[in-house]
Amino acid sequence: MSGIPHDHYEPKTGGERWLNNRLPVLGLLYDTLMIPTPKNLNWMWIWGIVLTFTLVLQIVTGIVLVMHYTPHVDMAFASVEHIMRDVNGGFMLRYIHSNGASLFFVAVYAHIFRSLYYGSYKAPREVTWIIGILMYLLMMGTAFMGYVLPWGQMSFHGTAVITGLFGAVPFVGEAIQTWLLGASAVGQPALNRFFSLHYLMPFIIAGLTIVHIWAFHSTGNNNPTGVEVRRTSKEEAKRDTLPFWPYFVLKDLFALAIILAVFFAIVGFMPNYLGHPDNYIEANPLSTPAHIVPEWYFLPFYAILRAFTADVWVVMFANWITFGIVDAKFFGVIAMFGAIAVIALAPWLDTSSVRSGRYRPMFKWWFALLVLDFFVLMWGGAMPAEGIYPYISLIGAAYWFAYFLVILPLLGVIEKPLPMPATIEDDFNAHYDPKTGGTHTAVKPAE
Amino acid sequence: MLKTVTLAAIAAMGLSAPALAAESDTLITDYDFPYEGPFGAFDQMQLQRGLQVYTEICAACHGLKYVSYRNLHDEGGPGLPEDQVRAYAAQFETFDEELDDFRPATPADKFPESSLPEAPDLSLMAKSRAGFSGPYGSGLNQLFKGMGGPEYIASLLTGYQEAPACAPEDFPGYYNVAFGAGGFPEECIDDHGHHEVPGSWISMPPPLLGDDVTYEDGHPATIEEEAKDVTAFMMWTAEPKMMARKQAGFTGVLFLGLLAVLLYFTNKRIWHRAKYGQRDE
Repeated sequence: MSGIPHDHYEPKTGGERWLNNRLPVLGLLYDTLMIPTPKNLNWMWIWGIVLTFTLVLQIVTGIVLVMHYTPHVDMAFASVEHIMRDVNGGFMLRYIHSNGASLFFVAVYAHIFRSLYYGSYKAPREVTWIIGILMYLLMMGTAFMGYVLPWGQMSFHGTAVITGLFGAVPFVGEAIQTWLLGASAVGQPALNRFFSLHYLMPFIIAGLTIVHIWAFHSTGNNNPTGVEVRRTSKEEAKRDTLPFWPYFVLKDLFALAIILAVFFAIVGFMPNYLGHPDNYIEANPLSTPAHIVPEWYFLPFYAILRAFTADVWVVMFANWITFGIVDAKFFGVIAMFGAIAVIALAPWLDTSSVRSGRYRPMFKWWFALLVLDFFVLMWGGAMPAEGIYPYISLIGAAYWFAYFLVILPLLGVIEKPLPMPATIEDDFNAHYDPKTGGTHTAVKPAE
Repeated sequence: MLKTVTLAAIAAMGLSAPALAAESDTLITDYDFPYEGPFGAFDQMQLQRGLQVYTEICAACHGLKYVSYRNLHDEGGPGLPEDQVRAYAAQFETFDEELDDFRPATPADKFPESSLPEAPDLSLMAKSRAGFSGPYGSGLNQLFKGMGGPEYIASLLTGYQEAPACAPEDFPGYYNVAFGAGGFPEECIDDHGHHEVPGSWISMPPPLLGDDVTYEDGHPATIEEEAKDVTAFMMWTAEPKMMARKQAGFTGVLFLGLLAVLLYFTNKRIWHRAKYGQRDE
């Protein structure tokens, strides 16, 4: 499968040969599991496994939760309480599922920012990148619709706000909003269809996961140096890589065990910390919460949405140039979706020929600022939209766009990259010198 | 240990007269509860005292519609013996759809709903009122001090005070220093728009005055103790499986920690040869 030369599957027994001649599934599994993987991958390359595991965790807990849940406006809230109180282990299922969403987003943000730093999005991995962004969008949709299902106050009024965004689209907005909700307001039709889609979309994500893995198995993994694996011969490739099994499987499982231990501590001891208390009040269309706040993982983009108020000059200009069609609300919606679109366009906005941020002295600082900006926006999104907070969000949003649209294209031209190691092997050996390490240790590892 | 902290309240809704200002500073006391922290457990006697306060005082207006009488017998809860649960349930009448009539409740039935439309159900109150949890709702007090809904509820029950002099005599509601979402007289707002006094005016009359109940275990029935007891009971009604949850958390962390240690050594051993073993050149 991979473009890196390596040993392929050879059926050993008659049974294996029989099956492989009819369906080469064993060969497929072998090549996937034994794929040559750059041996210098660091600990930021563990998030893929965490994400895959979390997807399975969410699907499994979700399927069981559905057995006890009722998607009806009069019964949804009570059925969740039934799960929490009467279903065997139901409280754990639900807390794992709701906190699992947070684990999912922690992992996906780490995964995305890792790719942004090490240039994993650059040629030839653009397709992997685009599929990844599609999965991220589907994750956001799934998480949002899942949050609606308990039918608490935040579920209800959050839905009203988010679907209201589509209502901001000129001319057709109201029609889109009604189409999405199945009615003119949030109610039974919305709850029912969100339930259906919340069940469907994880399976689309699972399908895209396979395509995502297929894509980067075709190009080979990126690595912290950004230097490609040598492909001229099998021997050279072997000096740059190690098979995925057992080296990276064990490494990733070790990291996963630690992450899950922390996750279980949160589920066991503070399961409601990341949620909003108002969602323990049953939805009441007549009483709107004082502050409608999305879950933490939406906050950076929520901040961008609210940052562009009618008194910002870009908004005023957009309003004037479009003869009033683009108002502040619609501008905010464009900005929010645009903030994700620019991430997707990173492969074509980044002009630098060097992949890894490790060898880009100026890029490093701008990237660090982007990470900081992400957290500032997250904080800004949690604050009420009054006083100084919208200005902070506006500065944050401006930097977000500046990073992708101005800094990335410019840096490639003005930056002088640092010298890079010639091969992955050199980078690996620089970390682990045989003179100081293994050849002198008493323990001889078993073959 | 009691520490009083001033917090910006995120609206605790539903209880109050129409709000003039949505938020005020509130005085929340960081009460200690035995169930706090990873090792904390519900105090069975406290839950039983809380049930008594609920039954004799709160239940006059409020309901517990998500809680079944049988839950009073559950492990990790008030732990009433089964015959007491049956006797407790029999005090109440429940509407039976099959009989099309009222009958005495059995342990399988749920507690009644609130009898007053403006009195919210108390089943989930301890979890739905955790939102004041720190400056600007950042959750930091919740994280570092373990403060949440229970501290708020106990502070509210003990937070009734003489109305400040700035307020007009006939201002509707009852002045409470822990309640941030109620009505607030304009006379108590200074020229800069700041509230001169903490809290706001709540429509619920003071439910506890001290010595409202006589505890069978001889526990002092001061207003603080009553408030803490009924709050602990409400924490249990909101999170009846808390003990089982913490148990599961411990099991999970312990075994995953063990697994991580084993995987660490396995991983180290597997990589050893690749990192330090004989190289080809």
